[in-house]
Amino acid sequence: MNALPLPTRKLEDWRYADLDALASLWPLPAAEQIIVAAGDRFERAIILDGSIGEAAVQQIDLTLEAGAKAAIYALNIGGQYGRIELNVTMKKDADFKLGCAQIGGGDQNIELVTTVTHAEEGGTSSQTVRNVLGQKATGTYLGKVAVARGAQQTDSVQDVKAMLLDRTATANAKPELEIYADDVKCAHGCAIGELDAMALYYLQSRGLTPADAKRLLLQAFVAGAFDGAVDEEHLQQLALAKLSELIA
Amino acid sequence: MLTINNLHATVADKPILKGLDLTINAGEIHAIMGPNGAGKSTLSYVLGGRPGYEVTDGSVAFNGEDLLEKEAFERAAAGLFIGFQYPVEIPGVSNVQFLRESLNAQRQSRGEDPLSGGDFLKLAREKAGLLKMDMEMLKRPVNVGFSGGEKKRNEMVQMGILDPKLAILDETDSGLDIDALRIVGEGINSIMRRPDKAVLLITHYQRLLDYVQPDFVHVLAAGRIVKSGGPELARELEEHGYAEVVA
Repeated sequence: MNALPLPTRKLEDWRYADLDALASLWPLPAAEQIIVAAGDRFERAIILDGSIGEAAVQQIDLTLEAGAKAAIYALNIGGQYGRIELNVTMKKDADFKLGCAQIGGGDQNIELVTTVTHAEEGGTSSQTVRNVLGQKATGTYLGKVAVARGAQQTDSVQDVKAMLLDRTATANAKPELEIYADDVKCAHGCAIGELDAMALYYLQSRGLTPADAKRLLLQAFVAGAFDGAVDEEHLQQLALAKLSELIA
Repeated sequence: MLTINNLHATVADKPILKGLDLTINAGEIHAIMGPNGAGKSTLSYVLGGRPGYEVTDGSVAFNGEDLLEKEAFERAAAGLFIGFQYPVEIPGVSNVQFLRESLNAQRQSRGEDPLSGGDFLKLAREKAGLLKMDMEMLKRPVNVGFSGGEKKRNEMVQMGILDPKLAILDETDSGLDIDALRIVGEGINSIMRRPDKAVLLITHYQRLLDYVQPDFVHVLAAGRIVKSGGPELARELEEHGYAEVVA
């Protein structure tokens, strides 16, 4: 059990959370602990789709021992409030990959909060996050990459994009770097935009309805998040169903 | 097939088309030439139903129906094809998926059965072959990483697959090398030169018209057709420039 008091908005990690929904879950159970042994491989798909309740928080502490490889694919499409929190600690030459799509409508609040700590040298991490938000939904990515003093030759990427379908939707994105080593590569990119009007027109000029044109563009937008997943097809299908529901 | 009557259109409140009249019958190929800024591309976008292009006066009938009443996708289903001057790149969406969905959307709205995956690929292979385009390119994302010439050839492959009644081709010849120009020209002829089809070519140059012989040539200047004639008009323009003809 977690004895901490309910967070407030003053805490950076909870600034955009749905605190009312969170109260219904509080106190949260302890985070799931996963340790991937040296040289091992691990893959997990996380799906938050409201099936375990209108509010859901999934917290995972993941430790990668030397040379371990882990991939997490996440699809966050609600309930009312869905939060995925990953704390990843990486030892020497470990490799971590995250692909996540968050798709929300109505007044859903969905968020992904990651801390990836490169504790030792030679680690590689990549995070690909695609958010699609319609109506009054809020989608958040708070992602910190921390590189410890000795973690030279770290190579990390954060690639975060959000697509707003309506002017009333909100996307928050905060890629964050904390680097104490001097020979590392940490790329971080973040973009928030809307569907390209010319692309939509081009597709419609060939006979696609406005809804189908949107669906096709959004499907392509999120597709990259699940590249290489064992469950890729299943994840794509769930994402597509949610996208279709949003556009309808 | 297409009757444009006194068409006026604005873009961002700026009048571009100012009383354009044009009639195209089945079996005819028309070419529109004209100086930069005359309204040639605007005409293709207005006919194609692009948002932001507002018709303020006049009418357009397409096979007896009011074209301007229809949304862009309904115009496509009615048999209108727009060849873009700058075809759009769409990352993540393969040509094959895009075209199959487009064709089947059109067929569905005409009350026809959708084409199966196998039948579609057969059709796509045939049309790609016509334009000397590698099938592998059709599996790649729409226009992404294509050269200017490949994009234009891809437009023609799309035209072949969608099999429209009327094609409006906006500077399909620009950006093409000599060989590609010939291939595209032959493609237009073999796909569209039929008694029940028509083409409106928008172009700056005589070159394309050497391959695709127009029945009529029009000069568009300041938002109106100021002169019409036969193929000889294009050669006259090439020789003397617009100034003399427009004056």
